[in-house]
Amino acid sequence: MPDARTPLLSVRDLRVHFKVRDRKAWPWTPAATLKAVDGVSFDLEPGETLGIVGESGCGKSTLARACLNLIPATGGQVRWQGKLLRPDDHAAWLAARRDIQIIFQDPLASLNPRMTVARIIGEPLRIHRPELSDGQVHDKVLAVMAEVGLTPHQINRYPHEFSGGQCQRIGIARALILEPRLIVCDEPVSALDVSIRAQIVNLLQELQRRKGLALIFIAHDLAVVKHISDRVLVLYLGKAMEMARGEALYARPGHPYTEALLSAIPIPDPRIERGKVLQLLPGDMPSPIAPPSGCVFRTRCPKAIERCADEVPALRALDSQTAAACVLAVERAG
Amino acid sequence: MTATSNTPVLEVRDLSVRFSTNDGAVYAVNQVGFTLGRGQTLGIVGESGSGKSQTMLAMMGLLARNGAATGQVLHHGRNLLGLPPAALNAVRGDRIAMIFQDPMTSLNPYLTVERQMTEVLELHRGLSRREARVRAVAALDAVKIPDAKRRIDFYPHEFSGGMRQRVMIAMALLCEPEVLIADEPTTALDATVQAQIVQLLRELQRDHGTAIVMITHDLGVVAGLCDQVMVMYGGRVMEHASADDVFHRPTHPYTRGLLAAVPRLDSGAGALVSIPGNPPNMNALPPGCPFSARCRFALDRCVSTMPLLQPLSPGSPTLRACHRAVAELDALEAADA
Repeated sequence: MPDARTPLLSVRDLRVHFKVRDRKAWPWTPAATLKAVDGVSFDLEPGETLGIVGESGCGKSTLARACLNLIPATGGQVRWQGKLLRPDDHAAWLAARRDIQIIFQDPLASLNPRMTVARIIGEPLRIHRPELSDGQVHDKVLAVMAEVGLTPHQINRYPHEFSGGQCQRIGIARALILEPRLIVCDEPVSALDVSIRAQIVNLLQELQRRKGLALIFIAHDLAVVKHISDRVLVLYLGKAMEMARGEALYARPGHPYTEALLSAIPIPDPRIERGKVLQLLPGDMPSPIAPPSGCVFRTRCPKAIERCADEVPALRALDSQTAAACVLAVERAG
Repeated sequence: MTATSNTPVLEVRDLSVRFSTNDGAVYAVNQVGFTLGRGQTLGIVGESGSGKSQTMLAMMGLLARNGAATGQVLHHGRNLLGLPPAALNAVRGDRIAMIFQDPMTSLNPYLTVERQMTEVLELHRGLSRREARVRAVAALDAVKIPDAKRRIDFYPHEFSGGMRQRVMIAMALLCEPEVLIADEPTTALDATVQAQIVQLLRELQRDHGTAIVMITHDLGVVAGLCDQVMVMYGGRVMEHASADDVFHRPTHPYTRGLLAAVPRLDSGAGALVSIPGNPPNMNALPPGCPFSARCRFALDRCVSTMPLLQPLSPGSPTLRACHRAVAELDALEAADA
C-alpha cells in the first residue's frame, strides 16, 4: 500500500506531441510537430481539486486525456499512487481506470443514444466487475442514480429524453459507479445553462465531500474554476504558465497571462464593469505548430523583454502559494 | 438611459411567435415589447429555450417556415412584420444588421471575405466592386483586423474564431446600421477574445451611436455593455429594467435566482444557490407563470394564471411579471437565510 504521503496522481514532464502533415507540402518534407502538451508536471493529493484553465487550443483537454492514457503521451511519466503507468501497459491501465473516471463536456454526445440509462450507467461494472449478477448491477445503478439526483423510474429511458443537465447527471453516475478515487471533469458545465450549471457544480462538490474524491476540473470559465478548485494550473500553448492555490491565483496572479485572463472575465455587476480598465491582449494565440522561441506567451505579453525570446522560463515558486513560469516574476514573502 | 429619447429607432409591441409542430402549437415568444433609442443598448438575458433568439429572428423576418409572428416591430414607425421580402431586404443588412453566435456557419465558406463584404455594398449602396472593396478594407481596419488589405482575400476558414467574429461585425457595420442585433456574439469565443469583442462593440457604439440589442446568457457581458436589461424565461419577459436595477435591485425570483447561481471572481467560495428543477418544456407550459414549477415562492395562483408585466410601482421604469410583491419576496428570503 502506498503511504499517506504518496500523491494520488503524479504527472512529470508530460508531453503529447502530434505529427501533422501539411497536405500542400511535398511528400518528402518532414512532418511538423504539434506540441499539444509540452512538459507539464503536477501532483494531485487524495480529495483535492485541481483546476486546469486556459483558452481553446492550450492543451487542457489533451492533458486530461493523456493523464488517463486516452491519448498516449509521447514523453514524461504518469504515476498512479506511486506506481508508474506506461502508455503501452494496457493491463495496468485497465486496473487503474477503475479508480480514474472521466466526464465530458457535451453531455448528450458522450452517452450512447441506443442504450438505456440502466445500460449506460451499468456498463463500467460489466467491464470491471464481471462477477456481479444482473440483479446486483441493477441495485448499484439505482443507488448511484439516487446519489446524482435521478429518479428510479427514469432507469429505462434513453438519453434523448433528458435535458442537458440530466444527461450530465447520467454521465456523473456512470463515472461514480466504480467508486473511483479521481474523476477528471473535462468542461463538465460549459454546455449547460446558468441555473443548471450551479446544480451540477454543487453536485460535484457534495459528492467530493461525501466520498473524498479527487477532481481534475477543466474549464475555460475561471469563475467556476475558482469556485471549485483548491489549486489551479494555467496553461498556454501546451505549457504551464502558473500553478497556484485558488485564492492566491486570483488575489495575486504571478504570471502576466493569468493577469490578462482574469481581467478579461466580466463580473456581473455594472458598477464594476463600466469602470474597469481592461488589459486586452493583442492578437491571437500563435500556431502551436510554430510556437514562439523562448517563452511561448511573449508575443502577446505586455511586459515582454528581449530575454523572453532567448530563455524558456521554468515554473518556479514565488511564494508558498504560487509558482509561475516567467523570467520577470519576482519571489515574494508569504 | 439617456433622456434624449426623440423618436425611438426601434419599437417592438406585443411580439409573439408561434410554431406549429407535430406535437401541436408551441408559443415560443409571448407579448414581448421594448423600445430602443439611438445609441442605447438592450441586453436580453435568458437560458436556452427562453425565446430570446426567436424574438430577434421574428423581428428580422427570419423565422423558420412553421413559425408565425404577430404584433408590431416598428422601425421609425414603420411596421416590419408582414413587409414583402423586397422591402424587408432594403432594411435588413442596411438599417438593421445582425451578427450571430457562430461566425463559421454564418459566413459563406465558398466565398472570400471580400466577395461577401462587397456584395453588401453593391446591393445596398450601389457601389462598384472597386469602391466597395476600399470601404470593406476600411471596415476590417475599423474592427482591428491586422493586415486587412491582404486578408480581405482570405476565405472564412483562414481566420481564427475571434477574427471571424470581427469579420462578421465589420460586415454588419458596412452600411452603418442604426441597430445592431448581436445574438450571443461572444459565446463561442475565449475569455480574452470575448473581452476584445465587447470592447470593440463599446467603441463602435460610442463612435457611431449604433443602438445594440445584445442577446446573451452571460450576465457579465450584459453588465459591461447594456443600459437596460430584459430577462426572459419560457418565452415570456420576467423582468425589464435598467442594468443597475436588474443587478442591484432584482425584483423577480428568476432574476434573483440567476444572479445567485453565477459564481463570481470577486467573491468568496460559498455554495452556489442553484435553481432547482429543469428548463421548461415549451410543449407543455403551465397556464400560469412558466417559472412557477421551479420557483421557491410560487403560489397556487402562479401555476394557474400568468402574472402581467407591470411597472414595479406606478410610473416606475422597472417592469416585472410576478404575483408576489417585492416586499413579500424580501421577507421570505430573509426568513430562509
